[in-house]
Amino acid sequence: MPKPPLDDYMDTAAQALGLPLEPAWKPSVKANLKVTLHLAELVAAYELPDDSEPAPVFKA
Amino acid sequence: MTLSLDTSWATSSEIAQAVGTGQTTATAVVDRALNVIAARNSTLNAFTTVTADRARAKARAVDAATDKTKLPLAGVPFAVKNLFDIEGVTTVAGSKINRAHAPAEQDQPLIARREEAGAVLVGALNMGEYAYDFTGENIHDGPSRNPHDITRMTGGSSGGSGGAVAGGMVPLALGSDTNGSIRVPSSLCGIFGLKPTYGRLTRARSFPFVASLDHLGPFARSVPDLAVAYDVMQGPDPEDPVCDQRETDFVTPQLKLGLEGLRIAVAGGYFRQGAFPEAVEALGRVAKALGATKDVDIPEAARARAAAYVITCTEGAALHLERLRKQAGDFDPAVRDRLLAAAMVPSTLVVQAQKFRRWYRAQMLELFKSVDVILAPATPCTAPKLGQQTFVLDGVELPVRANMGLYTQPISFIGLPVVAVPVPLTPLPIAVQVIAAPWREDVALRVAFALEQMGVCAAPRPAL
Repeated sequence: MPKPPLDDYMDTAAQALGLPLEPAWKPSVKANLKVTLHLAELVAAYELPDDSEPAPVFKA
Repeated sequence: MTLSLDTSWATSSEIAQAVGTGQTTATAVVDRALNVIAARNSTLNAFTTVTADRARAKARAVDAATDKTKLPLAGVPFAVKNLFDIEGVTTVAGSKINRAHAPAEQDQPLIARREEAGAVLVGALNMGEYAYDFTGENIHDGPSRNPHDITRMTGGSSGGSGGAVAGGMVPLALGSDTNGSIRVPSSLCGIFGLKPTYGRLTRARSFPFVASLDHLGPFARSVPDLAVAYDVMQGPDPEDPVCDQRETDFVTPQLKLGLEGLRIAVAGGYFRQGAFPEAVEALGRVAKALGATKDVDIPEAARARAAAYVITCTEGAALHLERLRKQAGDFDPAVRDRLLAAAMVPSTLVVQAQKFRRWYRAQMLELFKSVDVILAPATPCTAPKLGQQTFVLDGVELPVRANMGLYTQPISFIGLPVVAVPVPLTPLPIAVQVIAAPWREDVALRVAFALEQMGVCAAPRPAL
């Protein structure tokens, strides 16, 4: 049976970023990632105009 | 020389006056505080370092000062969360990893500013690892314990700060607040806490967590103490690029202006969901005392909390990326797993959270055109049991650690000033947030002082 997509994503991301991801840590990391992605999508679903500025604005 | 004042429960104003007028000495006050810390810390676990030699030397210097009456905090002991640099002490920030760091070469500037006002640093305080915590538990140092019930949490991440002030070890402490870490321990420990406007107090030489959300601020057992401790710390600092250039806006002389002309409303919607009966009761008492009958809707508060969550974990992960790569096994597993997950969140989602943040700020500034103060619960419940993993909010079982900041996160997200005011319910206290517009700490503190004068809010003395 294929692994759910988040497991593959976590393995690939950890490898790409050079992060350790021990098997025993995976369930908890996955649970946290699910919560964070859910909350991030909730924010992203709020439509804002293209020209809206992010909060931190750099001043030269 | 004798003093009838029990300095372990006295306010800083009472201590400064007694020292200033020669009724007692700073040395006597500091010795008393060190004795109380020695006696109570094995139970409360608030202090991780006691700087006794330094404190006695500073107390002697205060006693030798020519005009102590000009020192607003003469001889007043205080302590700081262990993410503040203290000269000669390693800034551990609640971690195991940072114990390998060299000792700090200089005091954090807020310590220096307090000591210039005559206060005496007596040590560093327990905290949740790297400030990523709402419980006050620490896997390396053990949990800080709530003085009102030592089987319960202090709240975090400034848990030792809450326990030390509520437990009569010091009248003043400093902590940090990224998402609620001053307001949550103030609520659970039943003391007053001020999270100032983002950029008000310098954060130079403190160990960071989330640069765009980090604030430092004071704890006390009375509003005048909170105000004077805040007044002596204000002012610009070129070492913190976020610290604003504005000069000190003294709030102490303004406390007695009262409620005249203030428009006070209660946050509805999101802020009424999930609260336990005690949070509702506390909010109701405060609103009634202030005559606040109008509800305001804070727009998209749930989304604001979500955005704060995303920015927090990803900025935190960026801060700790190298430590995660090389020393992941040395973190508290609960912190490590949240940071590892956050390191994998795409940056596109983080930028969207920052865009939402600006939109939300604009909505809130618009709201403050029609009100001066907004009241909201500080925490959904009183102090949970140490080790308690979950609680039930509106019928849904949720993790305690992530959800104690439910009501604080949407407020600090845009840096609004807040005073957490404790309502002395039995058996455990709980606080209400008094929220003002940016740079209006004076307004929030005036309301807090009025509530204290009315007897609605107070820091209850625990049976220790």
